[in-house]
Amino acid sequence: MKTDDLIHAIAEDAAPTGLHPQRSLALALAGAVTAVAILFWLLLGPRGNALASLAEPRFVLKFLVTLGLVATAIGLVLRLIRPGAAVGIWRSALLLAPGLLLIGIAGELVTVPSGSWMTVLIGTNSRLCLTFIPLMGLAPLGLILLALRSGAPTRPALTGAVAGLIAGGISAAFYASHCPDDSPLFVATWYVLAIAMLAGLGALLGRRLLRW
Amino acid sequence: MQGVSDREAEWAALMRAALGGDRAAYRDLLVALTPVLRAAARQGCLRFGLGVAEAEDVVQETLLALHLKRQTWDSSQPIGPWLRAIARNKLVDALRRRGRRGTEVDIDAFSEVLAAPVPEDSGIRRDVAKHLQALAPGQRSVVQAIAVDGASIREAAQRLTMTEGAVRVALHRGLATLALRLRSSET
Repeated sequence: MKTDDLIHAIAEDAAPTGLHPQRSLALALAGAVTAVAILFWLLLGPRGNALASLAEPRFVLKFLVTLGLVATAIGLVLRLIRPGAAVGIWRSALLLAPGLLLIGIAGELVTVPSGSWMTVLIGTNSRLCLTFIPLMGLAPLGLILLALRSGAPTRPALTGAVAGLIAGGISAAFYASHCPDDSPLFVATWYVLAIAMLAGLGALLGRRLLRW
Repeated sequence: MQGVSDREAEWAALMRAALGGDRAAYRDLLVALTPVLRAAARQGCLRFGLGVAEAEDVVQETLLALHLKRQTWDSSQPIGPWLRAIARNKLVDALRRRGRRGTEVDIDAFSEVLAAPVPEDSGIRRDVAKHLQALAPGQRSVVQAIAVDGASIREAAQRLTMTEGAVRVALHRGLATLALRLRSSET
C-alpha cells in the first residue's frame, strides 16, 4: 500500500472514537474500588474497633501511606500513558508514601523499646497480609491495565508496575482497616512486600498488554 | 521559511480540528507530517543499519500509531514532543523486530542514499500490503476500497452495499488490526 493511500484511509477514519485514556482510567478505578470493597466485606471486614482506632496515629498512618501511594501513582501513570509528556514532579511524588512510612518508623523506634522491635515487625497477621493484599488487588490490576490500553505508554513494563502500585495501594487501604497490626515496622515489611508482588505482576503483564 | 514552533503550532491547530472530526484538517496534517516523518525514519534506519526501503514501513506504522493513539495527545500541550515520542517508539520497534541492537551502521546503505535519493512518493510497501491481505474479508474490502481505490466513506458504502456506519466501523477496525499485525510481525 502506498503511504498516500494509507493517509487517505486514516483521514476517512477521523470520526472521534473511544474513551479518553483518563476517562477510562477513572471508570476502571471506580470499578476497582467497588470490587475490592465487595471482596473485603465478604472475606474480612473491618476490625471491631476500627472507628475508635481513628484516634490512634499509627492506625491513621496506614491509610495515609496506602492512599498517598494510590494518589501519587495515579498522577505518575497519567503522564506515562501520554507519549512525550514530561513526568515532572510525579516521579519524586512517588516518594511521598515511603517518606511518610519512614517518619512513622522513626516515631516507632523512639517509642517502642528496642527489644520489641522484632515482635511488632513480625506482628500476628503477616500471612493474611501477604495473601489478601495481592489477592484483592488482582481485579483492580486487571481493570487498570485494560483501561491503560487506551493510552500509549512508551515504557510498558514501568507503566504496568505503577498500575500494580495503584492496585496494591487500594487493596492495602481496605486491608489496613482489618489488620490488627498497626506498627509502621509491620507495614514497611509486609505491606511493602505484598504491594511489590502486584507491582512485579503489573510489570510482567504491562510488557505484554500495554504495547501498541 | 517557517520556524519549528510555527510549524508545530500549525500542526497542533490541525490536530485539534481533526480530533473534532474534521477530515480535511486531518488529511492536511497527515500530508504535512509525512515528509518530516519520512526524513526522520530514513535517518534513523540508516543510522542503525536498515535500508531506506524499510523506512517507509516505519513511516506507515508511525502514521497508524498517531492515528490510533491520537487521544493521548493533551491538546493544551505542544504537539512536537508527542509526535517525536511516537515516531521514536515506532522506529525502535522496527529496529527491534529486525534484530538490530542499535550498534551496527550500514555504510553501503548510507552511500547509496547519498548517491540516489529516493523520490518523495515512495512506492508500494510490502508490510502493510501483506497484512492487508490477511484482514477479515469485510474489513479488507472496506480498507481496500478506501485506501487503494481512494473512495470516500459514502462511496465505499454504496459500492459495497453497506451502511456508512458499518463502513466506518470496518475501516477503524481494519486500521487497528493492521497496526496490531505490523507490530507483532517478525519480518
